[in-house]
Amino acid sequence: MAKIHYREIEGNSINYYILLGFFAVIIAIALAATYYMEHNGHHVTGMTNQIVWGVPHVFAVFLIVAASGALNVASIASVFGKTAYKPLAPLSGLVAIALLMGGLSVLVLDLGRPDRLIVAMTNYNFKSIFAWNIFLYNGFLVIVGVYLWMMMEHRMNKYSKAVGFAAFTWRLILTTGTGSIFGFLVARQSYDAAIMAPMFILMSFSFGMAIFILILMGSYAGTGRPLGTAVLSRLKNLLGVFVAAVLLIVAIFHLTNLYATEHHGFEQFILLNGGIYTFLFWGVQILLGSLIPLFLLYSPATRESALWITISCVLVITGGLAQMYGIIIGGQAFPLNMFPGFEVSSSFFDGVVNHYSPSMPEIALGVGGVAIALIMVTIGIKVLRFLPLSLDDAIVDPHYKPATEETAESEATA
Amino acid sequence: MSQTDDHTNNDQVDNGHVNNDHVNNYRRKFLGQLAAVTATGALGSGLVLNNFAQARPADEAVSSNVRYGLLIDTSKCGNGCDACVKACNDENGLQGFDRPETDAQWIRTVKLRDKSTNRTVSLPMMCQHCEFPPCVDVCPTGASFKRADGIVLVDKHLCIGCRYCMMACPYKARSFIHEELTGQVQGIPRGKGTVESCTLCVHRVDKGETPACVEACAKDGHKALIFGDLKDASSEIALRISKEASMQVRGDLKLNPGVRYQGI
Repeated sequence: MAKIHYREIEGNSINYYILLGFFAVIIAIALAATYYMEHNGHHVTGMTNQIVWGVPHVFAVFLIVAASGALNVASIASVFGKTAYKPLAPLSGLVAIALLMGGLSVLVLDLGRPDRLIVAMTNYNFKSIFAWNIFLYNGFLVIVGVYLWMMMEHRMNKYSKAVGFAAFTWRLILTTGTGSIFGFLVARQSYDAAIMAPMFILMSFSFGMAIFILILMGSYAGTGRPLGTAVLSRLKNLLGVFVAAVLLIVAIFHLTNLYATEHHGFEQFILLNGGIYTFLFWGVQILLGSLIPLFLLYSPATRESALWITISCVLVITGGLAQMYGIIIGGQAFPLNMFPGFEVSSSFFDGVVNHYSPSMPEIALGVGGVAIALIMVTIGIKVLRFLPLSLDDAIVDPHYKPATEETAESEATA
Repeated sequence: MSQTDDHTNNDQVDNGHVNNDHVNNYRRKFLGQLAAVTATGALGSGLVLNNFAQARPADEAVSSNVRYGLLIDTSKCGNGCDACVKACNDENGLQGFDRPETDAQWIRTVKLRDKSTNRTVSLPMMCQHCEFPPCVDVCPTGASFKRADGIVLVDKHLCIGCRYCMMACPYKARSFIHEELTGQVQGIPRGKGTVESCTLCVHRVDKGETPACVEACAKDGHKALIFGDLKDASSEIALRISKEASMQVRGDLKLNPGVRYQGI
């Protein structure tokens, strides 16, 4: 591989400032929405005493999960020694930090008492996976920060493999922790499963890769720097493998539940008669977010096209958000099984499917988290040398040949 | 001291034995003052220490030799009776905002219908004051805690309103405060953005009284709720549980709730 030259982007164009302004406006709206929700109390949101985590959590957990996945590109380069990914490693680290910051911002701003963040930082109950996650998130930011330093400072390059290995291990533990937030909930039919942790890890691979590809393509198109098909082809093939892996673990999750009679009620709810949740599962998560992108990423007619790769990534992200919505909100909508064998009713909505309709402020806060992540990346690539001047095929992989059917298949199975 | 010594020496030289009395007087006075200062200091620090002792968190003073609980005999629950719910709301100042989905409910009446036999049962459901409470396990800051006497509470100063405890509770016992509250009852801390639940009327229990729901039920003549110390073999609740069948809701989770039910 030829020597890679990293350069800051110029960032002086009118389009650059329009983009920054656009993100800034979305963040301002999110902050205004937060003020509105915190000032009036959460009764102005769609959240209730039945659905206690709403759309902000969907975005927050999605971004946090995607953050660790975005780091995979760097890990493939430094941990698994795949040199073709090395030019992408710094951007991978930046996107990882940015996504985590975006997700955490949403999580914190949706607290009942965000002003007590200091309490969360100074009082720990170490039996709580939530408390562990506070360490895992903060630690991730520090480790990836150090990792970026090792990669971007020439003198420190020799340590980048070791730190990269630490970052890779840390990110696996982090996503295990995020999945376990749900896995450890013994009370609810929808959670309480060890498979939540590996499922979240695979989801992170998929969501993080889709976001990374979009940011990569966006920044190269925006700056006019060459982005060859060698890089894109590898990334999209990996994305396809990750999407398939998520499909597999989702299938295992539901098949295991279907085998146990006690879970039939919940499975019926998600798979058959759960209304919006059933639609989100089959229509958005499975069809739109998994099967169609898989087809697009491997079909000879579309697999080489930047446009179709972009569409695939957007679909994977849409499917991911739907999956997160189903897990977080669908899981709470399904009633607690307090009295098996009984029909239950009360003034507190026992025994009924809980109602939730997201409010505009919640959506604004969630989207604001995405904008926080993207503005960090947009500014980051202008301030520091995250992006290679060129990712042309001749530089990344001189031996690369556009994929024939056989090579695409062998890469996909590799 | 040097001043005193000088003074004493001069007195001795100039005034003979008369001066010795003066010296003794002076020493007496000095020692007296010293003793007074010492005594004041000792007493003062004692008072301060005593104050510290009184300011210790209430849970540290609570004994684990006691475990408070409730026995609820659903067969005695009056049809359509909600005396316990009303008493709880009055006692703890739980005013509603006419928004059932977000209004706090510490205790609620749950109606059950056996799907196979159509038998119906009505019962009060509230925090079950588990021995192994999942809400306490998951709380990141330790705001959810269990007193030594088994009462599960929320520390309103530590709760950040993350609502993870509400996700974890198998009994839907907790409420999040969705709006600004005014006119709270003294001694019942409540506030916007935090989570709360039945305190087993800890403020009454600490005074040796019974929870408001139990009192109201007895007043109405149902006596469906019995409050007491599960560890005291001679208490009514312990005697009843040792002789009569009772169950724990979601006993499969092995949380050992302090609230037991009969007649479900």
